[in-house]
Amino acid sequence: MDALLSFWNSLPDFVHSTLFILALTIVLIVSVALLTLWERKLIGWMQVRRGPNRVAIFGLLPGIGQPFADVIKLLIKEVVIPAKANKVLFRIAPAIALIPAFATWAVIPIAPGFAIAQVDAGLLYVLSLTSVGVYGVILAGWASNSKYAFLGAMRSAAQIVAYEIAMGFALVGVLMVSGSLNLGTIVEQQRGALFAWNWFWLFPLFVVYFISGVAETNRAPFDVAEGESEIVAGFHVEYSGIAFALFFLAEYANMILVAALTSVFFLGGWLSPLEGYLAADNALFQVPLLGLFLNSGLHWLLAKTFFFLCVFLWLRATFPRYRYDQIMRLGWKVLIPVTIVWIAVEGLMVYFKIGPWSV
Amino acid sequence: MLVQFLFYAFSAVLIASAFGVITSRNPVHSALCLVLSFFTSAALWLLIEAEFLAIVLVLVYVGAVMVLFLFVVMMLDINVEEVRKGVTRYAWLGWLTVVAVLCEILGVVMVRRLGVDVTQAPKPLAADYSNTGELGQVLYTKYVYPFELAAVLLLVAIVAAIVLTMRKRKGLKVQDIAAQVATRAEDRVRIIKMKAETRE
Repeated sequence: MDALLSFWNSLPDFVHSTLFILALTIVLIVSVALLTLWERKLIGWMQVRRGPNRVAIFGLLPGIGQPFADVIKLLIKEVVIPAKANKVLFRIAPAIALIPAFATWAVIPIAPGFAIAQVDAGLLYVLSLTSVGVYGVILAGWASNSKYAFLGAMRSAAQIVAYEIAMGFALVGVLMVSGSLNLGTIVEQQRGALFAWNWFWLFPLFVVYFISGVAETNRAPFDVAEGESEIVAGFHVEYSGIAFALFFLAEYANMILVAALTSVFFLGGWLSPLEGYLAADNALFQVPLLGLFLNSGLHWLLAKTFFFLCVFLWLRATFPRYRYDQIMRLGWKVLIPVTIVWIAVEGLMVYFKIGPWSV
Repeated sequence: MLVQFLFYAFSAVLIASAFGVITSRNPVHSALCLVLSFFTSAALWLLIEAEFLAIVLVLVYVGAVMVLFLFVVMMLDINVEEVRKGVTRYAWLGWLTVVAVLCEILGVVMVRRLGVDVTQAPKPLAADYSNTGELGQVLYTKYVYPFELAAVLLLVAIVAAIVLTMRKRKGLKVQDIAAQVATRAEDRVRIIKMKAETRE
């Protein structure tokens, strides 16, 4: 064990980060696979159905093999490129959609004191990368040379520009509390009890951020870019096989990303909710496994992320799709004013030293 | 060494994509080349440790401005031949601009002597240096009035854009969401109780 550890420490930095990146990517891809299954199962239960229950692995757990069967099916299918499509852009569009969804994970504080890159301007990095993701959708829609795909791309462009602003303003509120752009510091600053986390004092911003996150990922009820009942499959209507699978992967990776970001910004990331209630030298923390569980750590971030993912699925199972003009109205006339008002309220809270600014 | 290599690599991509902006026939390709040149200039700024400016360049120009730009360019089905017809008529204006811009660039390079022999590469800053913090300090103290002026200018531009596009048309159907939500069943449905009619 010691030999392994010393070998690990002797490796140069770039090997460390490469291995971390590799591990994170594999974990993400596997979680996307399991998330698709969980989505179908959970929505099935919500709608009093069973969900996928055929493909079993070794005859156990019916349904668990479904995502893997889907992936194999998509890998084997032919990638059809329309004759009049812009070939180059058509091919690179899925990659452009996918790269930001994975690259953003570099700055997310995964465990206490650990992130792949502890960037000082981490929050700006997150904002800029999430806004780049839309290029995949726009290029796919345009390069396909198809009316439906193009309509989907146009809708997505307008929608993402609108919700980006609300998202950025909501994060301005987080910045006012933390005074830092570093995501690790943002989590550290939320230390304390359940009510020291940002969601309590920034509740409107928390709601606005999550709604904009749902809109940015083009998920129901904001999925007009796909809108299968109106424009077939929207921007990826011409994509088949693994090219379609990449868009699918990007969408679900973005969902996990938004869920993780919401928990980092507003629910204290890897912080344990029991922190303020149990003293740091409490005997419970000394109990072998239970102590590890109660203490802050990666598992809390996973639990919070999982919670938000379930909310994503819950929204999809319950809400009908927004009409396009209603999406614009919600973004510009409701969410943005709410964030601006709350930033002003926060200014007053800073002045009168209320809440997180009281110390 | 690595930094120098990266500088030249990014500069090469930047110059190539800038050429792409003006040479490609397809306006969408031009816009995409512009996106690439924004990205590479952001990378160049990162190399001189101006991470705030670099990331904001990507956030504002690539993430918002160019998305709208592409939006418009894709919608317009520009007939390139049609556009090229008038080019020769205004060619003298184009050349004038080229000469003027060239003179300005040369003026800056000659007068201030932005050469490697005169201007050294910036010294690496300490690890706890925050570009964002430093910029904020300067913006809100030394340059607070120009900063506020720029903000007001942008606000005026927003208001102007809205005023220019807002017009009241007659017979325009507008949805009042609050009124719709406030509606109750009694407002819409009238239940009439009556005796069943019998055939004579």
